[in-house]
Amino acid sequence: MGAKQFGARVTRLEDPTLLAGRGRFVDDVKLPGLLHACFVRSPHGHAKVVSIDSKIALIMPGVHAVITAIDLPDPMRTQRLPLLLPNPALAATKTQHALARDEVCYVGQAIAVVIADTRYIAEDAAAAMIVQYDVLPAVSDYRGAAEDTAPHVHGDLSSNVASSFRLAYGDTDAAFADAAHVFAEALWQHRGGGMAMETRAVLASHDPASDLLTVWSGTQTPHLGRQALADLLDRDLQSIRMIAPDVGGGFGPKAIFYPEEAVIAAAALKMARPVKWVEDRREHFLCATQERDQYWEMSIAVDEDARILGVRGRMLHDTGAFVPWGIVMPYIASTTVPGPYVVPAYQLDTSVVFTNKVPTTPVRGAGRPQAVFAMERLLDRVARELNIDRAEIRRRNLIQPEQMPYEVGLLFRDGKPLVYDSGDYPRVQEQALTLADYDSFRERQRVALDEGRFIGIGVANYVEGTGLGPFEGVTVRVLASGKVAVATGATNQGQGTRTTLSQIVAEQIGCRLDDIVMTIGDTGAIAQGVGAFASRQAVNAGSSALLAGQSVRKQLIALAARTLGIPEDDVELDDGQAVSSRGNKPSIGFGDLARLAQGIPGVSLPAGQAAGLEHTAYYTPSQAAYCSGTHVVEVQVDAMTGGVKILRYTVAHDAGRVINPLIVDGQVQGGVAHGIGNALLEWMQYDANAQPLTTSFADYMLPMATDVPTCAIAHVEIVNPLNPLGVKGAGEGGTIPAPAAIISAIEDALSPFSVHFAETPLTPERIVAAMRAAGAYERLFAA
Amino acid sequence: MGRQAARMNVNGKSYARVVDARLTLADFLRHEINLTGTHVGCEHGVCGACTVLVNGRTARSCLMFAVQANGCEVTTVEGLTPEGKLSVLQQAFIDNHGLQCGFCTPGMLVTLTELLRDTPDPSEQEVREALTGNLCRCTGYAGIVAAALDAARRLRDADKPETA
Repeated sequence: MGAKQFGARVTRLEDPTLLAGRGRFVDDVKLPGLLHACFVRSPHGHAKVVSIDSKIALIMPGVHAVITAIDLPDPMRTQRLPLLLPNPALAATKTQHALARDEVCYVGQAIAVVIADTRYIAEDAAAAMIVQYDVLPAVSDYRGAAEDTAPHVHGDLSSNVASSFRLAYGDTDAAFADAAHVFAEALWQHRGGGMAMETRAVLASHDPASDLLTVWSGTQTPHLGRQALADLLDRDLQSIRMIAPDVGGGFGPKAIFYPEEAVIAAAALKMARPVKWVEDRREHFLCATQERDQYWEMSIAVDEDARILGVRGRMLHDTGAFVPWGIVMPYIASTTVPGPYVVPAYQLDTSVVFTNKVPTTPVRGAGRPQAVFAMERLLDRVARELNIDRAEIRRRNLIQPEQMPYEVGLLFRDGKPLVYDSGDYPRVQEQALTLADYDSFRERQRVALDEGRFIGIGVANYVEGTGLGPFEGVTVRVLASGKVAVATGATNQGQGTRTTLSQIVAEQIGCRLDDIVMTIGDTGAIAQGVGAFASRQAVNAGSSALLAGQSVRKQLIALAARTLGIPEDDVELDDGQAVSSRGNKPSIGFGDLARLAQGIPGVSLPAGQAAGLEHTAYYTPSQAAYCSGTHVVEVQVDAMTGGVKILRYTVAHDAGRVINPLIVDGQVQGGVAHGIGNALLEWMQYDANAQPLTTSFADYMLPMATDVPTCAIAHVEIVNPLNPLGVKGAGEGGTIPAPAAIISAIEDALSPFSVHFAETPLTPERIVAAMRAAGAYERLFAA
Repeated sequence: MGRQAARMNVNGKSYARVVDARLTLADFLRHEINLTGTHVGCEHGVCGACTVLVNGRTARSCLMFAVQANGCEVTTVEGLTPEGKLSVLQQAFIDNHGLQCGFCTPGMLVTLTELLRDTPDPSEQEVREALTGNLCRCTGYAGIVAAALDAARRLRDADKPETA
């Protein structure tokens, strides 16, 4: 086997190109004859489209075409975009048209596209389009959407309820009837976005000579996108190549298939010239999918020792105007509540309602931050009411390692029973508490209080289902140059996929990392692919890389042994060479072996020799891989301004075996930053007519370098028994418990005033309002 | 649309083009002279991905017209990259995992180049404050801050023998 790579802190292979400014993002791709697109979008949350007048736009110099719904090719003209995750609990399977036909259901919904010589001209012409609307009442606040008096989000749907379902196990009625204590909380989490630094972008080009339609898209899922395009354009799958080149961040919203991808592809075919569209940031706020709007009413029943007897409640989820990813987030949320705790009885009734807002689909965490917030806020409430330390109440209720594998009693979103494969939740929590100096915090707090500073600490735990199927694939092929070509359907938006997969392959076949030529996110390079979401690529693509590498390793050894005339056991693979471990150590390079495996034209290969040195493996996980973690946050709150400063952030987590600690630390740290945004800053706001109010980074605030401390991170590596690498996902755990831990810490800091918080984001205004309502300022000034 | 001459020196090379007066400096760099290392993340001057040096000072190239840079010296990420290798700051980004997707990175490098030139021995807080004009969604900033402090150290160490 080659040099030890797995587990090493290998610096990233992606970095030198990106650092030199030589990355290739969609907008960096230049093609001759390129035309530019600008979309005409609905300014109303809900309206009938009465007429579209392109006359002025079309006479503007440099404008080539205006495309509306009726100009689209069949079946895209009439067929709605695909519902990628169907579910029997979905009552209304409403997805949008590529271009709206007669009704628009959210601000920003695309109605037409202008094609012009430059983006500047296309924007001028889009502004000159005259669209007449018959404005209809819009649904903005989802909490009233299900009521009979609410306007309808869609003209042809008589109800705004997209789905209602109950998930339950155990006897909750009995649990609550017999409980020593019952507490209830109402919790609210607001919308935010993925807000990748690179906005979405699509470039399409059709080559008439080969009839190949090539679409570059800043997507997390090119293989799914290619299938959607094939369906909407009625083209053979082989005549479409979709490429996700360098992609500037994903975080979920780039995982779905968008109207713009369909329309730009259709436009390139129609114009017989390449067409490019690059989303501007305002469009990203209007049209890229969002997440987090959920309203929870939850109760917890505990015994005299604060041991959980049952949890039950209701949850309302805002899906926006359409359901492109079905009900995946509310479903995941519903199954995430019990988390790392023994919850003997559980019942949650979920309603998913339409609103006249951009659809919601997974954003880093995908329903889990809300569920963790619900559970952890309930535990904090019990701790407060029963005067128990917040770490202690968790300790009492954690699932013990000897209970693994632990069957929760629900079906997870992968269609399999929710069974935690492995984990040691008490150990993870203890590690986090130790690293955070939790036991000495009350002394720190007392000293701070003497100095007039309000500091607090918060603890939150989570279990996350990662590594979802159905599969991912990796091809490993030794080239005649001696280099090793690796292709995968996994995609890279910054996760270091190229580096981690190279580490796995290099270790298996004994080549240099530099000798691996990786093709990522290109449907032309591997037949099947799924893409990036649900922290799934280390598990799926990583395992495939291992399996493909093992196969090619066997092939290399067999061929080298035959060629060198030595036993297979004597062959060692290192540094791109097969070397005998005995005698005068004869050797042969991988390039020569690859040529031998190609054979000689017309001559039969030796018995047992397959064509080429290559293998494609598609790893199919039997179920999700459950990672876990504990976050401990220390904050200081300015009682007068409501400003929150995070003093210290500690994470202990179990993502199974760590392939590259450098990269996993980066995933955790970045995830925490996103969670800090969710907890304190990021709030996509709409007015009563569903008109977006926060459409720039001046209104919608992302965490800055001064908002995010450098986390202390501990890895607890508990091997996942279900995949060959022993890994679990690590991409979202940084985000999931962060709001719960931070809000808990703020509440603890302000505990002298007995204020209580049940919402995110918790902005300074809301902290001050809560302080005022609690009479805190009278007490502060009196003191 | 009014067209005007845009003449400037970019990364040590002179360029003269006749462009629309409303063409932004970012679009000029990216699409007129094909220096696509400068990225555009928001077009409203908050995210900082498009940051370049204009006469040695950081500027948002999305908020400037190309013709406003007439007669100026402009430096982009390409100009910060030594031929065939990487700068001390770029190497520090690799060693400290200062980038993930790499989209905000060119702006980060330009901002930190100015900081380290003017403040060779910055505190962590000074680095963080300098970076408030550059948003990163991937890294949570830890690697970027560490890279800046590491690069500052390496640059100071490299200077020592010369001054001794």
